[in-house]
Amino acid sequence: MEVGSMQRQWVQYIKSWLGEGTLDSQYLQLLQLQDESNPTFVSEVVTLFFEDTEELLNKLSLALSQPSVDFKKIDDHVHQLKGSSSSIGALRVKNACIAFRNVCEQQSAEGCLRCLQQVQQEFYCVKEKLSYLFALEKRILNAGGSIPMDLGS
Amino acid sequence: MSTASSSSVRKPSESVPLQFPAGLRVLVVDDDPTCLMILEKMLRICRYEVTKCSRAEDALSVLRRYKNGFDIVLSDVHMPDMDGFKLLECIGLEMDLPVIMMSVDDGKNVVMKGVTHGACDYLIKPVRIEALKNIWQHVVRKRKNEWKDLEQSGVEDVDRQQKANEEADYSSSANEGSWRNSKRRKEDIDDAEERDDSSTLKKPRVVWSVELHQQFVGAVNQLGIEKAVPKKILELMNVPGLTRENVASHLQKYRLYLRRVSGMTLQQSNLNNTFMSAQEAFGSTLNGLDLQTLAAAGQLQPQSLATLQAAGFGRSTAKSGMPMPLVDQRNHFFSFENPKLRFSDGQQPHLNGSKPMNLLHGIPTTMEPKQLANLQQHSAQSHGNMTMQASAQGGQTSSQLMQTPQPQARSQILNECTATSVTRLPPTIQQSILPNGTAGSVLARNEFTTNSRGGGYNLISPASTMSNFPMNQTAELPGNSFPLQSTPGVSSIVPKGRFPDEVNSISDIKGSEGFVPSYDMFRDLHPQKPDWDLQHVGVTFDASQGSLDIPTAAFGHQGYASSQQNGHNRHTSTVGKAMFLLEEGSDNGNAQSMGQQLNPLFDDGSVRVKMERASETSSQTDLFSEHFGQEEDLMSALLKQQQGSIATAESELEWFHHNTPV
Repeated sequence: MEVGSMQRQWVQYIKSWLGEGTLDSQYLQLLQLQDESNPTFVSEVVTLFFEDTEELLNKLSLALSQPSVDFKKIDDHVHQLKGSSSSIGALRVKNACIAFRNVCEQQSAEGCLRCLQQVQQEFYCVKEKLSYLFALEKRILNAGGSIPMDLGS
Repeated sequence: MSTASSSSVRKPSESVPLQFPAGLRVLVVDDDPTCLMILEKMLRICRYEVTKCSRAEDALSVLRRYKNGFDIVLSDVHMPDMDGFKLLECIGLEMDLPVIMMSVDDGKNVVMKGVTHGACDYLIKPVRIEALKNIWQHVVRKRKNEWKDLEQSGVEDVDRQQKANEEADYSSSANEGSWRNSKRRKEDIDDAEERDDSSTLKKPRVVWSVELHQQFVGAVNQLGIEKAVPKKILELMNVPGLTRENVASHLQKYRLYLRRVSGMTLQQSNLNNTFMSAQEAFGSTLNGLDLQTLAAAGQLQPQSLATLQAAGFGRSTAKSGMPMPLVDQRNHFFSFENPKLRFSDGQQPHLNGSKPMNLLHGIPTTMEPKQLANLQQHSAQSHGNMTMQASAQGGQTSSQLMQTPQPQARSQILNECTATSVTRLPPTIQQSILPNGTAGSVLARNEFTTNSRGGGYNLISPASTMSNFPMNQTAELPGNSFPLQSTPGVSSIVPKGRFPDEVNSISDIKGSEGFVPSYDMFRDLHPQKPDWDLQHVGVTFDASQGSLDIPTAAFGHQGYASSQQNGHNRHTSTVGKAMFLLEEGSDNGNAQSMGQQLNPLFDDGSVRVKMERASETSSQTDLFSEHFGQEEDLMSALLKQQQGSIATAESELEWFHHNTPV
């Protein structure tokens, strides 16, 4: 595929994800930080987010599987996830975290489990989408093109 | 990106870089690596010099190590190893740097907490780059306030200095009029500071090196704390070039420190307010019963007691006017260890302020022995808390109480900061938590510590104050270890921050915790001397390590090799700003080599002050574990702790090592 059409495809993806709420404007903010001298900044940060989140989700699973659930700790983890997901613009993940924290306050282990599943679902969804996007970006770069910095292009 | 280096060349004489705000030295602390990476990127795009830390402890180490190496700190609220607010307090106490809190939490309570703890701003995550573009305003504002304070305080004192000095010397024995005395004392110290230099704020200060301080302490002990008047001390010390004023102001600080040591458990919340009043009360009542009671309680050693008493007099702060029961004050002092207190003269005692323990801070009440005992207990408990934390830090805990008043205050505060568990009182740390370890503390801070502090002791916020005192070392006055900064009211040890406000707000902090932790922290921060020498705060860190690599490190944190140079320049400029900054004045000689290393602030040996301390403290840290011991012991104990903690921190701060020595 030639660069131009790859770039257009890139824009389309972002636009649709914005529209459906998978991503929010914060993602666009990140794009602003990226430029030709550092064209993989966003994919690096988001990849970092993916790794971190996997760990956090594991910790959450572990914490919820304990006989005596430490809700404070769970809340801390979720809080952190909320922060990082909002930093990269993963809107649905963030919203799932907000819901999670509310349930956590009620100290219901079962409720928390459900929330955790929700968060996981949203997370893997956005991960899949953005991973695809980054692969596309790589192809664009390899073809000598540049990643758009906004959706105007 | 290292744009900062190229764009922010700062001249020593300038307080602001040429292309300000480019080159602003920012330390960002966030345990979330994703956020940290994004913030760093954004800050670099703003052309700031960025250093990032993922742990609060690391941040404190860095700040202490590279005092005056940062202009502003951005910190997340929610961190695993230490609560962001605690860090805020510490920084305010020790380094008096402006601190901006960040969180994804936008609840009113949390934001309010930031305000009460002294944050100069609160950003909701996700942080947008636009918000970061303006953070430099906080740095400028702070500096501006500090300078203003400094100037104001400097001017009035000169006239009264002579008289005040005389009075100060002999006022310790007078209970009544302690307020007056303390006020004079404060002025005295301020004057002394002023006098040293001769007419400009930036007079060279006497650098209270470790050796000099040892001589001083020896002279004081020889004379007996009650009879230790500046004139006689000066005679005993027989140091050419040292003036009575230098000694007088140093003595005040020392007394505060001792007081702090013995009264560690004061409550912070009231500290700010009460501290001021306590100061006065302290002076007056100190001699009284309280000390004895304290001593009786086993908390104070006779020597400490005497010192405390002496310190008590010196302390009174201009602010309160209320005679605080000694007990409270003492407790305050000790528990806080310095950071807050910068006691330079009166101002202090926020130390305890953070701890709810002594409610009396602002309330003049006479404490009965029994009360005192109770307080003591309470203090003990608080200390206990502190100690726990302190131990984490370096095992300072128990020693905090005993530690020399001033240094202690700082240590405590520092401890608290480091202790994480301790809920410090938090007067807004804004500045940067001092822990003097703040070697890197922003120069601006140091400069301002005194200024900002004028009002309360603000333990927390004035990070600058803290820094002034021991911590800022770099910026602070090389002279007495107490940063000149004490500004307006507090002459030497004034805790930087504004404790009064904060203290109250901190009331929610567990009483026991109060400053205790900070105390420890403080010590940690200043490996070198127990608080009151903290000048070296930054240095101490290194000193303990055995190598004063602060200078290099200072810049190293920047992460930009080129920035180092700039850093130096920058520091210099900031140094210039600080009124009290290390003056090129008397350095006792040791700092010279160190100063160079240290960096830029002083380019000359101004750093020395710190350096010396470090060595001193290292030997003294042992004592920390003991409760009271001689001041020297405490100091070394403190130092040790600091060193120990610093050592750990150092290993974690590898990146500092790539700095190129100055």
